[in-house]
Amino acid sequence: MTLVIRADRLGKRYRIGKLRAREPGRLLIARTLTAPFHYLSSTLRLPSEEEILWALRDVTFEVAQGEVVGIIGRNGAGKSTLLKVLSRITEPTTGRAILHGRVGSLLEVGTGFHPELTGRENIYLSGTILGMKRFEIDRKLDEIVAFAEVEQFLDTQVKRYSSGMYVRLGFAVAAHLEPEILLIDEVLAVGDAAFQKKCLGKMGDVATEGRTVLFVSHNLVAIQNLCDRSLWFDNGELRLDGKSQKVISSYLNEYHANKSERIWNEKETAPGNDKIRIHSVRISSEKQSPDEGFTMETPVEIEVQFWNEIPGTSLLVGWRLFTEHQVAAFTTISNETISGFSGNQLDQGLFRYICHLPANLLNEGGYHISLIFYRDRGLIMFRLDDALSFDIINSGIRPGYRYSREPGAVRPLLKWDREKIAEG
Amino acid sequence: MKSMTLQDLHTVVIEPTRGWSALGLKDLWNYRELLLFLVWREIQGAYRQTALGTTWLFLRPILHMLVLSFVFGLIVGVESGDIPYPLFVLAALLPWGFFSNGVIRGSRSLVQNMHVISKVYFPRLVIPIAGVTSGLVDLGASFCVFIVAIFFFHIPLRWEMVTIPLFVLVALGFALAVSLWLATLSVKFRDVEYAVNFILMTLMYLSPVIYPVDIVPEPFRFIYALNPMTGVILGFRWALLGDGAPPSVHFYISVFIVVFATISGAYIFRRTERTVVDIL
Repeated sequence: MTLVIRADRLGKRYRIGKLRAREPGRLLIARTLTAPFHYLSSTLRLPSEEEILWALRDVTFEVAQGEVVGIIGRNGAGKSTLLKVLSRITEPTTGRAILHGRVGSLLEVGTGFHPELTGRENIYLSGTILGMKRFEIDRKLDEIVAFAEVEQFLDTQVKRYSSGMYVRLGFAVAAHLEPEILLIDEVLAVGDAAFQKKCLGKMGDVATEGRTVLFVSHNLVAIQNLCDRSLWFDNGELRLDGKSQKVISSYLNEYHANKSERIWNEKETAPGNDKIRIHSVRISSEKQSPDEGFTMETPVEIEVQFWNEIPGTSLLVGWRLFTEHQVAAFTTISNETISGFSGNQLDQGLFRYICHLPANLLNEGGYHISLIFYRDRGLIMFRLDDALSFDIINSGIRPGYRYSREPGAVRPLLKWDREKIAEG
Repeated sequence: MKSMTLQDLHTVVIEPTRGWSALGLKDLWNYRELLLFLVWREIQGAYRQTALGTTWLFLRPILHMLVLSFVFGLIVGVESGDIPYPLFVLAALLPWGFFSNGVIRGSRSLVQNMHVISKVYFPRLVIPIAGVTSGLVDLGASFCVFIVAIFFFHIPLRWEMVTIPLFVLVALGFALAVSLWLATLSVKFRDVEYAVNFILMTLMYLSPVIYPVDIVPEPFRFIYALNPMTGVILGFRWALLGDGAPPSVHFYISVFIVVFATISGAYIFRRTERTVVDIL
C-alpha cells in the first residue's frame, strides 16, 4: 500500500474582523480623515484572541493510493478549508502535508470560464487553468463535448448558455482531468437530477481507475456509495476517521437524530447566560408521537421553559425553522405586536412559552429549529442552534407529487378562488 | 491505468512558508501554456461584444495621435525639429500605450481574477505577467499604424529599427515592475484602482511623449532621465526616426533600476500571494 497523502497536524488560522459599532454621523468626517491610520494600526498590531478563528486544527491523516475518501461535517467545520490547503490555494498556518502525484482540484464548476468566449474556447481555457496540457485537451475535446451534451452550442458564447448547460460543460471539463489525486468539493449539488446521476457515475469510474479521491459532500448517500472511508470534521478538528458506514451513522446520530425533547435540570450548567437559563425545549402534538414524525395535517406545539434571572428584563422568544438543506424557512417571534417590546418585561422566575404551529403549514421533510432570545430593539440576547429537530411526513391526503417531495421550505394550505368567467 | 511507483510521481510538500520564498521560476515555466491562454482571454474578452471589435486596436493609436497632434502640434505649437509632429508623437505613443495598457491590466489583474485564484492553484505570477504581456498585441497593432504613417510622410526605414525589441523589453520590464507592486498593494488597498490612472497620467507628463526632451531645464535632466520610460521613448524616436542620439549612460542606469524594481516586485508579490485568498 502506497501512501499518497500524508497530513500532519495541519492547522489554518483566519483573522476575522470585528464589526465596528455604530457611530453618530458627525464623527464620519473625522473618521474618514484618520482612516489610513486606523487601518495601519489594525493591521500592524497582533490579533487578539476573539478575532482568531481556527478553521482547521491539528488535522492528521493518511490516504493510500486508490482510496476514495468522503469528507463530511456541518457547514464551517473545515472541510472546504482542508481542500483549499491540499490544493495549494492557501497556505496552512501550522503543520504540513505531503502529496505524491499530480493534484487536480475541482472546487467549483466552470473555473475560469469567460462569458464572452465560446464553449470550445472555454474548454481550452478552463482545462488549461485546471492543469491540462493543450494536446490532452485536443485529444479529449470530443469526449468532453459529448459528456456535456452541448454539441450544437460548441461555438456559441457561454453567456448565452442556460445555467444547466453551463454547469454541464464546466463539470465535463473537470471530469476529464487525469490527475493522480482528485479533490472534489460539493460540485454535484448543481444541475438536474439526470446529470447529477451521470456525474456520480463518472466519479465511480474515476474511483475504479485507481485514482485517489477526496470528496466533500453533504450528500451522505453519495458518500456512502462512492467512498469506503470517510473523515468527519467538526469545528476544524478531525472528529472521526473510519469506514463510511460507521462514520456516517455516528454523524447522523449526533446531528440528524430527532431531538423532540431536551431538559436541563441544573440551572448552572443549562445553556444560557447571566440573564436567562433554558430549562427545557419540547416539540409535541396531541395525537402523534414525534418519533414517527408528524403528518402535514397535524398541528404542532413548540414549547420552551426558561428561568428569567433579572427582574424587569424585556425579552421576546423566537423560533427559527430550518430545512434539511440549512435553508431558513421562517422565524416566529412571541408576542409580536406593533408596539414591540412594551409589556414584555418579565419578573424573575420560570416561564413557559408555547408556540402553536397550525396544520398544513410545513412541507414534508426534516426541520431543525434554533431558539432565539431577543432583547430590546431586536438584538439577539441568546441563541441555541439545533435546539430541536423533527420530521414532517406526507400522509398522502393532500394532492401533489405522491412519490417525491414538492419543492419548497413550507407548504401552506391557502385559500383559492375559482370562477368561470366566460362561456366557450 | 499503468501502475505507478512513488518515484514516478512528483511530490508536493505543503507547509507554512516563513519569510521570503523563492520566485518559483521553474513552476512558472511549467505553466507557460496558461500564460498564453490568459493573454488570449484578455484580448478576446476585451473586444468581444464591441461593434468595432479588434479594429479598436488600430483605431486607438490613430485617434490618440490625431488628438495630441491637434492640441500640442497645432494649438500649442510644440517644436519637434525636422520630424512631423504626428510622427514624433506616434513614435512615443507606441511604447507609452504599451506601457500604460500593461500597467492598467497588470495592476488590477490579481483582484480581477480572484474568482479563479480562490478555486485553483497555479503560480500566481502568471496573472500579472499575462496582464502586462497582453499589451504586446496592442503594440503590434500600433506598429502597423506607424509603418503606414511613415510611408505617408515619406520617411525612409532605418536599419536601427532592429534595436526596437530591446526597448520593448525594457518597457515590458518596467510595466511588470509597476504592476507587481500595484497588484500586491491592491490586495489590501482597493485605493490602488483609483491611484493607477493618476500615476499613469503623472508619469506621462514626466516622460517626453508630447514634447521633446531638450525643453527640460538642464538641472532636472539627470533625475528626469532616470525615469525608464524617458529612455525607452527616446530610444524609440532614435531607432525609428533618427531623432536624437543613441541610448546614453542614463538609459543603462534606468535599465538597472527596472531590473531591480522587477525582481523586488516579484519577491514582494510572492510574499503576498500565499495568503491572498484569505484577505480578499
